[in-house]
Amino acid sequence: MKYLAEFRDSTVAQSLAAEIRRLVTRPWVLMEVCGGQTHSIIRNGLDQLLPIEITLIHGPGCPVCVTPLALIDKALMIAAQPGVIFCSFGDMLRVPGSQKDLFRVKSEGGDVRVVYSPLDALMLARQNPNRQVVFFGIGFETTAPANAMAVLQAKRLGVRNFSVLISHVLVPPAIEAILRSPANRVQAFLAAGHVCSVMGYWQYVPLARRYGVPIVVTGFEPLDILEGIRRAVAQLEQGRAEVENAYPRAVTYEGNQSAQALLAEVFEVTDRAWRGIGVIPNSGWRLRSAYREFDAEARFDLAEVQPQESPLCRSGDVLQGRLKPNECPAFGKQCTPRTPLGATMVSSEGACAAYYNYGRLAPERLASAPLPAMSG
Amino acid sequence: MCLGIPGQVQSIYDVDGVRMGKVNFGGIVKEVCLAFVPEVNVGDYTIVHVGFAITRVDEASAQETLRLFREMGKLNEELDPAAQTETVEPPACPLYPPPST
Repeated sequence: MKYLAEFRDSTVAQSLAAEIRRLVTRPWVLMEVCGGQTHSIIRNGLDQLLPIEITLIHGPGCPVCVTPLALIDKALMIAAQPGVIFCSFGDMLRVPGSQKDLFRVKSEGGDVRVVYSPLDALMLARQNPNRQVVFFGIGFETTAPANAMAVLQAKRLGVRNFSVLISHVLVPPAIEAILRSPANRVQAFLAAGHVCSVMGYWQYVPLARRYGVPIVVTGFEPLDILEGIRRAVAQLEQGRAEVENAYPRAVTYEGNQSAQALLAEVFEVTDRAWRGIGVIPNSGWRLRSAYREFDAEARFDLAEVQPQESPLCRSGDVLQGRLKPNECPAFGKQCTPRTPLGATMVSSEGACAAYYNYGRLAPERLASAPLPAMSG
Repeated sequence: MCLGIPGQVQSIYDVDGVRMGKVNFGGIVKEVCLAFVPEVNVGDYTIVHVGFAITRVDEASAQETLRLFREMGKLNEELDPAAQTETVEPPACPLYPPPST
């Protein structure tokens, strides 16, 4: 397919890897923010092409993984109500709540449906005027314009039986929270390309300056990721800390103005709890008061939820790069994609799922092992 | 979740006041919301996420990136001819297990 195959060429990947090996003189720790990039890295073995000096830490950019447990419990309560059609992206169905998941609710008779687009959920609402149709609107900045459009259309068309359970999270506050942590080891970031397609990358300039970290806007194909790593390593080696765009075919400095205008119309900034991490100030969006009538949390009278995480799950440490998935004692034992304890084992962007599905079952790098010189 | 797939716009039309269109993803055609890419015309490539086009693919930038990659390949060949004889297998590393089959 055009714009995919050209960016998967293995000969060029070898050239980029060789260039990275030529540049690197000492150990560096990089974080790829987006879970889609994590999967591309593990699926294609890109980390194994890199010199041993480069450590990749997998970031929290997996919306399914960071959606707070309390909200998943609310989703389960709404989905179980008679008369409700509960719509979600497919990834969300197997994410464990405190007691069960959406698949279980469906098997118990709940009308839970997987949709491709939030507009599909809106269409269901128009086709079923006697049912309450609720869309689970999770995601980062990439997904938010789609959810905003569904809400705007619901208002314009007067679709009163449609609402959204919103849990939008934002990348720059998460990067800042990581950088402010005393335990932070990350020295450079690969910023999530499609988040930047929507938002541009101007917001990262003050972060790079304030914290002295290179931030490279990076795409998702193997060559895109290697190029992002190459540019980040070049900056680190030269002592620079700038924002660079390694994904110019899809990202501009300003981002998508049409999408940003609608986001500003429909959403406002709010504090948001991230599953496994905790509350990050100003790290999410919620509906503005003019659109609050479409807020499922306001529409449904929900009992107070007492979320209960699995005591064995260490997804919070994984999401913050403190633990590799296969270093978790439950990994591959109590916790597998069939019986996940945490959301990171479920999602197509979760780091634990990537390690499990692509056969990284044992810890790779021993903490005490010396770093050998790399040949070739 | 932030998966975006490039596809070519085949047609553009209006549904309930929203700019929509048919986009071809290597043979699979889907209806996509084009409201956020007013600059996109039939024949252009766009990146689609959850049924919404989020950006136009900039053809010139894509070609420029690929040209830079090719040049880097030539540069590496000059600096290290052996690098070009590597197979597509990742280089052996004593700290990684062999890839599972």
